[in-house]
Amino acid sequence: MIVIQGSNMAEAHPVGFQWVMEAKRRGAKVFHVDPRFTRTSAVADAYLPIRAGTDIALLGGVIRYILDNELDFREYVVAYTNAATIVTGEYRDTEDLHGLFSGFTEENASYDQSSWQYEGAEQNIPPRDTETQRETAAGLEHESHGAPVGGDTQRDETLQHPRCVYQILKRHFSRYTPQMVERVCGIPQDKFLELAQAWTANSGRERTSMLVYSVGWTQHSVGVQYIRAGAIIQLLLGNMGRPGGGVMALRGHASIQGSTDVPTLFNLLPGYLPMPHHADHPTFDEWVDSIRHPGQKGFWGNARAYGVNLLKAYWGDAATADNDYCYGYMPRMTGDHGTYQQVLNMIDGKIKGYFLLGQNPAVGSAHGRAQRLGMANLDWLVVRDLFMIESATFWKRAPEIETGEIVPEECRTEVFFLPAASHVEKEGSFTQTQRLLQWREKAVEPPGDARSELWFFYHLGRIIRERLARSTRARDRALLDLAWNYPTHGPHAEPSAESVLYEINGYDVASGRPLSSYTEMKDDGTTAGGCWIYTGVYADGVNQAARRKPGSEQSLVALEWGWAWPSNRRILYNRASADPDGRPWSERKKYVWWDAEKAEWTGYDVPDFEKNKAPSYRPPPNSSGVAGIAGDDPFILQGDGKGWLYAPSGVLDGPLPTHYEPVESPVRNPLYRQQANPARKVYTHPVNTLNPSPPQEHSDVFPYVFTVSRLTEHHTAGAMSRNVSPLAELQPEMFVEVSPELAALRGLSHLGWAHLVTSRAAVQAKVLVTDRVTPLRVDGRIIHQVWLPYHFGYEGLVTGDSANDLFGITLDPNVLIQESKVGTCDVRPGRRPRGQDLLDLVVDYRRRSGDLVHRYPPMVTTDVADSSSDQEA
Amino acid sequence: MGVRRWVERWPLYRQLTGTDPLGRGAAAKSARSLTLTARTDTADSVARSVCPYCAVGCGQRVYVADGQVTQIEGDPDSPISRGRLCPKGAASKSLVTSPLRQTTVRYRRPYGTEWEDLDLDTAMNMIADRVLAARDETWEDRDDEGRPLNRTLGISSLGGATLDNEENYLIKKLFTAMGALQIENQARI
Ligand code: SF4
Repeated sequence: MIVIQGSNMAEAHPVGFQWVMEAKRRGAKVFHVDPRFTRTSAVADAYLPIRAGTDIALLGGVIRYILDNELDFREYVVAYTNAATIVTGEYRDTEDLHGLFSGFTEENASYDQSSWQYEGAEQNIPPRDTETQRETAAGLEHESHGAPVGGDTQRDETLQHPRCVYQILKRHFSRYTPQMVERVCGIPQDKFLELAQAWTANSGRERTSMLVYSVGWTQHSVGVQYIRAGAIIQLLLGNMGRPGGGVMALRGHASIQGSTDVPTLFNLLPGYLPMPHHADHPTFDEWVDSIRHPGQKGFWGNARAYGVNLLKAYWGDAATADNDYCYGYMPRMTGDHGTYQQVLNMIDGKIKGYFLLGQNPAVGSAHGRAQRLGMANLDWLVVRDLFMIESATFWKRAPEIETGEIVPEECRTEVFFLPAASHVEKEGSFTQTQRLLQWREKAVEPPGDARSELWFFYHLGRIIRERLARSTRARDRALLDLAWNYPTHGPHAEPSAESVLYEINGYDVASGRPLSSYTEMKDDGTTAGGCWIYTGVYADGVNQAARRKPGSEQSLVALEWGWAWPSNRRILYNRASADPDGRPWSERKKYVWWDAEKAEWTGYDVPDFEKNKAPSYRPPPNSSGVAGIAGDDPFILQGDGKGWLYAPSGVLDGPLPTHYEPVESPVRNPLYRQQANPARKVYTHPVNTLNPSPPQEHSDVFPYVFTVSRLTEHHTAGAMSRNVSPLAELQPEMFVEVSPELAALRGLSHLGWAHLVTSRAAVQAKVLVTDRVTPLRVDGRIIHQVWLPYHFGYEGLVTGDSANDLFGITLDPNVLIQESKVGTCDVRPGRRPRGQDLLDLVVDYRRRSGDLVHRYPPMVTTDVADSSSDQEA
Repeated sequence: MGVRRWVERWPLYRQLTGTDPLGRGAAAKSARSLTLTARTDTADSVARSVCPYCAVGCGQRVYVADGQVTQIEGDPDSPISRGRLCPKGAASKSLVTSPLRQTTVRYRRPYGTEWEDLDLDTAMNMIADRVLAARDETWEDRDDEGRPLNRTLGISSLGGATLDNEENYLIKKLFTAMGALQIENQARI
């Protein structure tokens, strides 16, 4: 079975979707859950319409169904998850606290996680201050594998102990009944039961089910918990680490996975090492210990080697044991330095220069007006792109020109537009959604002044280093000592991408021999490597990402096409595809197993386990790191070797997923008094006005729910599609999908105009009346939802208003991703007003909704009565 | 020409009687199409590439003649895509050869109302000047308690999800050495 939720895979990842159809042809059931009926729904066996922003209520319902009927894969759950682990007596659940967990501090709206710990582990690891973790998006560290826990835990394998994770889960999800799912999500009970029954029936020893999501799950103020909820189901049903199982994140850009692994992100260094924090990591040892957690099990135990290798790759000969490998050169975080904080700082005049590298925030980021006002208040802006994008021309073409908010003659931002090389005009590797690195050969030279980013940054670094060559200032040492000698070739002195890949892979410093595995990395400075999880991509001096053995000449796993991190494994944690004794759970679902004769793990994939560690291996007392992982602990990056149903630390908004309403919702939370995620990241800034939601007054001013997503023919902010004639011609115009009921209610006519209004903006679109969007009955009333594509802007062959202008800025606390899949709005017939009239319209809405004095929704609402009386029954 | 030969030249007849019942090959050929050759046959070189749009990672073959991209097709060898491309991937040739692509540096001076031309070398040096100046003006050595900060919050960057791993690596390496922390990309969004 394949459950697709928060994703329109058929339209957004069309060629990947061929495998869903292959599976369906062989008998797999396909379920699609989405606010809107799409082409994915059209070919699914079942479609469940859902109110945007309520997925946790549905998933919680499935979890309750599994637990109540004892349909979990018990042998897997006991052996491989933390179901049996006992939690401290201090823990209080949302059941006890109206939707909050224990440890909540109202003052800074964040949790002290100590009461969530495993029994006996409280004193082991003092959890970091949660507010700091939120500011630094700490949920991304370690790629969220291996948050700190004590190594040795207390367990009750009968699962009866009232404080074991299994029982806590049961109690936590007891409210998520089919009736409640219907009431929150608008999904009829029989539809819900069809999903729950199919999911459980198609999981277990003989069968596996897969869960697929995209940014329909991540772009929420509770986004990380959506994925946690999906992971809990997949762990309970034994679908992790097994063929046909898993939680598939379908990512949206060619190398967005790569740009997370080798990050251009403020809080991460390559391989998910944290960027140092001024208070938490003043010294190298403190930095390393915060990653490896001395005493903890698992592969993060070698973090010192990963850290030393990165610093050696950065600073080469200058990095020695005596100077802590130049750790002192690293810049330090003090809080939130994320893209939305940056934009608000731009508006406030705190940022001087901005680089845009193939990204178009004027269209692609939430709150487009804030993005454009920020860019209009810089000293300088460098835009590197294939096309003249909205973010390069805001100073003369933005909607704010018409309203007078940006005046070209008064806008001081100096703009450099530098043309970029396309994907066929440079060589290099992408890392795609399946962690697969694929190398591209260069086909032609880039035209004119167009250059690769490799060229731009290599030469920018060269020029800067030349300028500073005679500097004696301490601050310039990090630039001058930088290992920046890459061979160049061709008329433009293009640096060699392969030499960069070789450095990323890592090498033996003395001999230059490329490393073949991160297990070869030393913590004494004798090896260097830029991204430990990518070590092996250049094993034996061969660019493994360039391998192109035809699929038809290989097994289905296709290990010789490209290279997947880590160590070319195609399914993570695949030790779980065998039972605790190392035998396949079933012949049908055989994948990786223990060969007792050869005393090694073997199978169709590269085993995600130490090759010769027998299933019977038990760690000696007090062992830590890799040695602490038992022969039947498949989750080798977790501090206890187990899959986490319950997260005793590391997830900042609670150890278990809980349904909170979106920040902008027309509905009072039917499940708890707590309305929205109490730990969400909020920006109180004059530009960031928010629509009121219950229990606040005036939410009826914005009565409708809107959501946005992709069209097949356009790509995100549109630069790569609205400038390409065949694609522009296929989808020429901004539109909004509304139900016939809403069209009648609001007087909208098919192919006529409508505009949507929020407290940020008004956006116009052509009306498409369709039953693809359907009114839902939620908590006794009808909720109308509308849908828009978000690709349009004011540049390119086809133009239109930008849907992202409608959103305000509120973020998930774990990873600082914005809630841009759901908001509230009003819908009106006709085109929107222009100029001053447009500003007046938005101000009028804000006045009517009581927001002119910036009343932000309260973080905690547990003292306000529930939406109806049957809550506490 | 006899009637029989005339009838045999009719594509529908050939489709119904010949070896090509779907009419997608030999039956559909005309005298003119018989004389044509595929751009893929006359290419000077073929590069193995990957679609630049979404993260599925469909394989592409990029055909080149006289230094120009003449065709981009799905790579049938790819175990991911088996030769298929979606509308975006299939439009890749139009993407890279689009007449709307910018190929020269453009410059907008402060308070300017129009674009101006700028030489690439000049632009690189101007950008280097501005980076160094912004860094100096906003440099922070230490926090209030004397702990190191080594950074500038005067410089920001956004982008990377459409770029190569090698590019992201150099971007992060250079900015980190420069003390520029505020480096972000689409993965945050
Ligand atoms: S061809 Fe389509 S599905 Fe394949 S990578 Fe490109 S955009 Fe994605």
